[in-house]
This record gives sequence, C-alpha cells and structure tokens, in this order.
Amino acid sequence: MIPGEFDYHSPRTLQEAVGLLQQHGDGAKIVAGGQSLIPAMRFRLALPEVLIDINTIDGLEYIREDDGHLMIGALTRESDLEESALVQQKYHLLADAARVIADPVVRNRATVGGNLAHADPANDHPAVMLAYNAELIALGPHGTRAIPIDDFFVDLFENALADNEILTEIRIPTPGPGSGGAYYKVERKVGDYAISATAVQLTMNGNTCTAARIGLTNVSAVPMRATGAEQALIGKPITNEVLEAAGQAAATECDPSPDLRGSVAYKRDLTRVVTKRAIRQAVERAQGG
Amino acid sequence: MTTFHDPTKPKHVADRFENKHAAPVGSSAVVATTEEVRVTTPPEICGMGHRMKRKEDPRFIQGKGRYIDDIKLPGMLYMDIVRSPYAHAKILNIDTSAALAMPGVLAVITGKDLAAHGLHWMPTLMSDTQMVLPTEKVVYYAQEVACVIATSRYIAADAVEQVVVDYEPLDVVVDPYKALDDEVIIRDDKELKTNRIWHWEVGDQAATDAVFANAAHVVKQYMHIPRIHVASIETCGMVANYNPATGKMQLYMTTQAPHAIRTVFALVSGLPEHKIQVISPDIGGGFGGKVPVYPGYVVCAVASLLIGKPVKWIEDRSENLQADSFARDYHLEAELAADADGKIVGLRVNGLADHGCADAAANPSKFPAGLFSICTGSYDLQAAHVNFDAVYTNKPPGGVAYRCSFRVTEAVQMIERMADMMAHDLNIDPAEFRMKNFIKQDAFPYKSPTGWEYDSGNYHAALRKAMDMIGYEDLRREQAEKRARGELMGIGISSFTEVVGAGPSRDYDILGIKMFDSAEIRIHPTGKAIARFGTKSQGQGHETTYAQIIAEELGLPANDIEVEEGDTDTAPYGLGTYASRSTPTAGAAAAMAARKIKAKAKKIAAHLLEVNEDDLEWDVNKWQVKGSPEQAKTIQEIAFAAYTNHPQGMEAGLEATDYYDPPNLTFPFGSYICVVDVDSGTGEVKVRRFVAVDDCGNIINPLVVEGQIHGGLTMGLAPALFEEIVYDENGQCLTGTLADYLLPTAVESPKWETGHTITPSPHHPIGAKGVGESPTVGAPPAIANAVVDALWHLGVRHIDIPITPEKVWQALRDAGVTE
Repeated sequence: MIPGEFDYHSPRTLQEAVGLLQQHGDGAKIVAGGQSLIPAMRFRLALPEVLIDINTIDGLEYIREDDGHLMIGALTRESDLEESALVQQKYHLLADAARVIADPVVRNRATVGGNLAHADPANDHPAVMLAYNAELIALGPHGTRAIPIDDFFVDLFENALADNEILTEIRIPTPGPGSGGAYYKVERKVGDYAISATAVQLTMNGNTCTAARIGLTNVSAVPMRATGAEQALIGKPITNEVLEAAGQAAATECDPSPDLRGSVAYKRDLTRVVTKRAIRQAVERAQGG
Repeated sequence: MTTFHDPTKPKHVADRFENKHAAPVGSSAVVATTEEVRVTTPPEICGMGHRMKRKEDPRFIQGKGRYIDDIKLPGMLYMDIVRSPYAHAKILNIDTSAALAMPGVLAVITGKDLAAHGLHWMPTLMSDTQMVLPTEKVVYYAQEVACVIATSRYIAADAVEQVVVDYEPLDVVVDPYKALDDEVIIRDDKELKTNRIWHWEVGDQAATDAVFANAAHVVKQYMHIPRIHVASIETCGMVANYNPATGKMQLYMTTQAPHAIRTVFALVSGLPEHKIQVISPDIGGGFGGKVPVYPGYVVCAVASLLIGKPVKWIEDRSENLQADSFARDYHLEAELAADADGKIVGLRVNGLADHGCADAAANPSKFPAGLFSICTGSYDLQAAHVNFDAVYTNKPPGGVAYRCSFRVTEAVQMIERMADMMAHDLNIDPAEFRMKNFIKQDAFPYKSPTGWEYDSGNYHAALRKAMDMIGYEDLRREQAEKRARGELMGIGISSFTEVVGAGPSRDYDILGIKMFDSAEIRIHPTGKAIARFGTKSQGQGHETTYAQIIAEELGLPANDIEVEEGDTDTAPYGLGTYASRSTPTAGAAAAMAARKIKAKAKKIAAHLLEVNEDDLEWDVNKWQVKGSPEQAKTIQEIAFAAYTNHPQGMEAGLEATDYYDPPNLTFPFGSYICVVDVDSGTGEVKVRRFVAVDDCGNIINPLVVEGQIHGGLTMGLAPALFEEIVYDENGQCLTGTLADYLLPTAVESPKWETGHTITPSPHHPIGAKGVGESPTVGAPPAIANAVVDALWHLGVRHIDIPITPEKVWQALRDAGVTE
C-alpha cells in the first residue's frame, strides 16, 4: 500500500497545468479528487512519474446555468452536486446519480471531472452524461475545444483528451418541457460499483416518448449507450410491452463481464430490470409525477 | 508444553472427547429469570448494573490511543514482506542481490536464513506446523517468501519489488472435497502423504441411527459456512526491540494472548522467558484474528535479534485480508429427524473442514472441531452424532474463532437453518415449532446428547419477549397480505445457545497451557487501586467492566480503579481474550481476588473497631458492627490502615491475586427475529427490522452489553449477506481489498432493537456469562431464515450464506418469477 516514487507539482493556473502536461507527456497524471488514482498508485497499478495536483487551481468548482446549459466545473465535488438545489430541481437524473456515487466520504473529495476523465465504465457519470448528451470542454496549449460525450470514451480507462489537454467543464443541455430523467442503480453495498445501473433522459408528448437517450453503467468495457433500448421507446406510447422491449434490448446490447458482483446472465437480466425501472421513473417525472 | 502430535493421524472420539462433564456443577435448582438489571451500589461507586460510560473511550475518541503503529523507537528499522503470486509452487531461486544493493536496505531474510537457526517452521496453536518462510515451496497465494529490512518503510516497499523469486508452479488444490482424493499432496513435508488432517466424531452413532430409523420426518441439507475474515480495523503489526546489552527482547505486538505468546516465543526461539516482554498496547479489534502467531511476527523478532535494533512491521490491508487466518469454512451435510408430533428427536452431521495449508485454528487442543458439538442447540433431542474430517488445501492457514467460541457459529447456523426447514416442512409456525422443542427451564442443568452440561437457561421467555417486541403475530398477518399481492416479505427466527468461557482446566488447554485466567488487585494506602489481568481488551471495555466488578465487591468507586492488561512483565499470567472468555474467567478472578481482599479487610476492620470478626457485616463499601452500623470502617479507611496500622503479626498491604479455573463453561443464549423484504426483480434483500433478545446472565454494564450486541449483530449481518473470501481455480484470492471483501456499513445495517432477559449462571461468582460473541453467532441464521421464509412458498428450501442478490435472483428465476 506504499506507492512508488513520483514528482509532485501543484500549479496555480490552468495554463501552468497545461504547461506541465506539455513538459512531461504521458508520464504525467492529473490528480483531482484522487479517489481512483491514489488507490491505484498505492497498489502500484498506476506508476506516474509526475503528479499534477489541480486542487490548487481556483475557479474550477462551480455549478451554474447559462445559455441553456448546466455548467459544472471539472473540479466540482460530488457532494456539492448532491447538495445543489439547482440540480435537485431541474436535473433529476444527475441528482439521482449524485446520491449513489461511491459513499459520502468519497463524495466529499471525488470530482465530476475526475469521474469522467477516468473513463471507467463502472463509474456513474459516464452513463449519466451519455444520457444527457453532455459536452466536455478541454483546454490545451492551443485553447479550448468541446468534445461531444459520444466521442469522449475511447477504450477502458482511455478518453479522447490529448496528453496535453485538461478537462475543465461539463455542459449539460437544460431539459426542455415534457422531459424527465432517472438513474437506477443496484449495488451490493454503499461504495461499491454498480452491478448494473441505467441512466435515462427522455421527452414525452402525452404518453408518447418523443426522444430518449439511455446510458448503462458497468456492463461493458467502454461506457455505452443503449441505443436499442432508446429505439424501442422513441415514437411509442409507454406501455408495459414497450418497457419490457426496451429492457430486453438493453439486456441484449450490453456486454458485461462476470465478476464477484454476478454472472453474465444475472447482469444482463438485472440490466433489463433496472432499465425498465429507470424508464418508468423518468416517464413519471416527464409527465409531472 | 505438549509435544506436537502428528495431525495427519486420525483422532477418534474415545481419546479426543470423553465425556468430561459428568460431574454435576452448580446448583440443580431452577435458576429464575428476571428482566430487571440488578444494582446494589450507588452511582458514585458504580458497581455492577450501572450504565457507566467506558473509561477507555475519552482517549480513543480523542485520538490518544496507543496502537502498534504509534510506537516509534530511536533507530527503528522497517520490515516489508515479499509474497507469493502462486498458491502452490516450488521455489527454484531467490535472488536478493538487487534489493541488497539499494541504499537503506540492511537485510533480506529468506527461509534459508531462518533454517540456519531452526526457525523456518513454527508450531500452530493446534500443534500442527506452519512455515515461517519457505525453503522448498509455497502453499498459498500471498504466502510470505522473504522479508526486507530497511531504514524506511518506503525503501522497504521499493526493495520488495527488487527481490527476484523463480517459481515452478504446481497443481493447486482449492476444493476441499478434491483434497480428499490425495492426488496432489500439499504438505509433502509430512511423513504421511495425505491431505487429511484429522477425523473426529462425537455423540452416539448407534442411538442416532435408531432414532432416524423410527423418525416420522427427516430433513436433509448440505450447506457451506463460508470462509470469512475478521477484518479488524487495525491490521497486525509488531515492534521488536532486542537490546544486545541487556539481552532483553521487547515485543510490542497486536496480540489477544500476550502471555501465551511469550511462552511460545521462549520455547521456539530458545530465549529465556524472563528476557522476553510481550506488550500488547491498544488494539483496534481482534475478533480471534490476533490470537495466532503469523510469520511476520517471527521474522520481525528475528530481524531485531540479528541486527540488534528495533524493527517495525505493519501489515497492510491486502496482506491482512489475503494471508491472515480465516474463519469458518465448514462444509456440512446435516439431517434432522422429528417424530409424528413435530418433536425433534435426532441430528446427524457430516462435516468437512477446510483448514488451508495448516491447522492453525485456535481451539482448545482437545477439540479439533472446537465446540461445534454444541450443535444440538436450544433443542431437547434424544440422540445426535457428528462426524468430521479436516483437510489441507492451498489456502492460508486457519481457522480462527472469529467472534465466536470455537466453531459455535457454524453449529448455530446449521441447527437453526435445519430447525426452520423442519418447521416449514411440517407447516408449523417456526416460533411455535421452537417453543415446542426447546429445552424446558426446569431441565437445567441440562445434559446434551453430545456431552455438554448447559448451566442455565430459559429459552421460552427469551423468544416470547422477542416476539412481543417485534409484534410477531401482526407481522405474520402482514406477510400473508403481501404474499397475496405478490410481494416478498420474510420473517426469520434464530434461538441460539452459545457456549463460552473456556475453560475448566480438566478439559481446556492451548498448547498444554490450561485455560484459567487471572486477576491481581492492589489497593493503595489512599484507597485507590490498580488491577491487572491476564486477558487483553481489544475494544470489549475491560477497563470499565472489570472496575465495576471490583467496585461491586469492595465498594471502591469504579473510577478509583485503574485496570491494566497486556504487559507480560507486570500482569499475572493468563490465556487472553477471545471466545467470550474474559468475563467468565478473568471477570470471575476479579471477584474472587476482591473477596480475598474483603476477607483481609474484615480482619483489619475487626482490629480497628476492637471487635470480633464474627460481629462484623459487610454493607456496600464498609465492614460494620452488627446491630450498630454507626461503628464501621470503610474500605478506604481499612486500606490506609493496611499500610499504617495493621494488626501485629499480619502482613502489611491490601492486595490479592486469583487464578480462576471455572467449574464449567457458561451458556448464554438468545432469540433474534428478523424481517426482510426481497426485491423480486433484482434479488436484493433489505433487512427491515431486527430484534435481539439476549440473556447473558447478570449484567455488569448494560451500556457495554448493548454496545457489544450492536457490534456483534453487524458482524452477523456481514456473513449473512455480504462477506466471503473467494478464490479462483488457481487459488488466487479475489477478495484482497475492502472493495471486494464487503464489510457492511451503517447504510446496510438496520436499526438494531435490543432487549434482554436475565438468567444468571449458577456457577459463576457473579452469575455472569460471556456476551460479546452471542450476536455474531445468533444473527446469521435469523437473516438466512427470513430470506428463505420470504421465498418458501415459491419452492425455495435453502440458500447458502452470504445471500447475495444473484443467489436470490437465481432462486426466483428458477421458481419462474421474472420480476
């Protein structure tokens, strides 16, 4: 439980952090909340030569609405998300997720940006942001760029950021009228990763679903959208048969690995169940329930 | 010290377990049950029964405890351990040169280095043998292979990576049933080439067969009581401090049994026992896992001896979870027989114990399967027979008595599941079934078919109280309504009997050392006192409860009594704290030593008051003249006189020591009722309510008892729903972190609702029984029974613990429930 040797920097500005990334290349790692990286270093699974601690950079922790988007600073702690009145009122999917990420002690340190940048399909934010169709803002030596969430997750623990880029902000489109969202997670105990979880953001016109995006947690090697489940909903009235079809589509398109949380058969069937429950909840919320 | 027997030789019932409980002990009169906690002293004295806040807690909650890792000595070196990545492999070569070349590395110790001193093997507490460091092969994953000594912890950790070990993998035996085939021999160091460790039987086979032959109903079930870990908050560690100038070896170590450890170290190392001082400082939880000696302790001590400097070793969490002794891991095939009236008549159990690579259990030496034979539980049945084998597998050695009195948890899980299954099969309410089958109050002291003599009990009262507290009949109505709507709700009962306080010296020893325990009380001239014990608290609250026992006996305020344990240079010899033995043994010794002091105090009082001893009577805290209570001497006045004005011819001072050899074990019991809701879509189980009624005889401190029960219930919830040490087919441990080995938190724990009945032990000086382990023993079957009760109407008869969401999901889907 003792990490290997590394150099440590604590830049004061984003520009300084980007400069350090430039300088050290892929031997450098950014540490934000440290809730994934530090354990990996203590097990010597991660052996960064250089650690760039961005906790000393001001202005990266915020939650605000602007220009039809919810803007979340990359260094925003999960606990701030959990306690945000704005999130609770208008972003139900995000509020659901914020309550079940890891445990309260971890949430005090863990950051939204770190959760996403780690690109771990077991983390909760990837599925949530996929369902929201979020945009991620990255800063590099040549300025900022926006990365659509659908392009962000490249492989297991691998994201679309260049070695010299840093994630600075997450932008979620403000849900329009008639829309609703929900996150339904089954975990073995508090603090555990999901056995399976589903994030749903949809729009209803009466009892007909007009738009839907669905993200799945911890049932694939790369964070994934359940596009088959989305298609099972869009343009249809929400009946028990449609719910079941969407659940079964998610169960079919996910690709879980067996582990101590369960077998492939269990995880697939659980994905069916949690997808149906998340959809049902999202529909209720969309319909003002 | 006993000679080490060869554990591969079968042990038969005749020479292992003769009936040693024939002599009646205690009173044959029925012991009355009450609910009111007995209090005889005023609050300023705080004797037994007071809800005194724990005296040790101010230092703990201020972060002022002193644990192993808080100990820093000048010039201290650090040890870290190279561990095996294989569960079974030949060691071809160990190259230490790169590690030794690193600045700050002083030594790398291998099995060959230890072999030069004859220290590469050590005895286990069950007189088996275990490698300290291997010379030929490794036999479990994460086994200690070499130890690095360096000037800092960081250098030591870096150097571990530089030790190059060449292994040749061997076939691995993970399944204990496959171990029986002897195709791969794990302990080829032994003369007999077999994986079988011992065979053990208890009870009357012929009588049991006869009862089964005539039984109207028989239920049969295989179950696995899974391998689990104590997972104490503090891992193991040591600071060994050998002083070459004085020849004295100080061993600060996380041990629950410092005195026995000193003796074992002396015998194994050859150091004279008076030159070994074992100091067990504050301990962050032991639960049985800090009874054994682990290889790290031995190498740390050897390193200090060889280098002549203090050496610290602190295990990390993964080392602790992967390599320290496990608990449980019994495979049981049980059969329960009942007559046509639904009366249980017989029990048959075939067991297989998976001990890993060595029998390193911490049982009393005559009991290879511990006290498992208490397995007839709270029921009055005619005959029972238990047949057990133990085998070696490629897993860490064990198994320890994790918060239970030597395998009682396994026994209780089995009998409570079987009783519930029989009740359901006969369509009798499980509470009614238990009431019908309990040992009756007037049958105590009760002789069990496997040879135990239960000291006292009132099982009907405890269950009735639990049923009243939880509203049992209403819950059954609610369950019926919910079931009609397709909702799954279950109610589970566990009415357990524990057996604690090992134990009477005629039967109980560890490595030949009898299992008495001790107290030494010294009253200072100003009426304050220090009391020392052979036990060692790891969170049990001894500093408070022992003081209250002495306060009760002598009338000294509990706050005026300093309680000290854990330093073998100062404390009287004892076997330590585990198996809920502290109150039954050392607690009794405290009362007996106090009574010796009281007797001497009487003589001094008679001298001071110029009356005959016979004219004096005791009143709370003073000796007074019968009929004229204004003529009295308080214990404080007497203490002062003991040093300033004692009678001519009497020794000065006021102190006493007692080594208490209990006449019998104590048998605490209780009834727990659990309500669960089961999610038919996900398989999740939620414990909605849990009522625990415990009877531990007279209560020393209700607050401490409740605290023990809350902790123990949580540790009972853990294996029921969460915990299991899992190995893959290569013997790799898959649960080596707390992300994989699931400890329940406050979130998973229900609100524990506790209650008590009081049925004193007739033979214990203060009528008390052990309690710390009852809830860990009693809780798992209540939860398991509740889950099965929720699913019984679907055709589910049994689910092995831990009852994970997937197991429930599988049972539901097998029953055709899809959501």
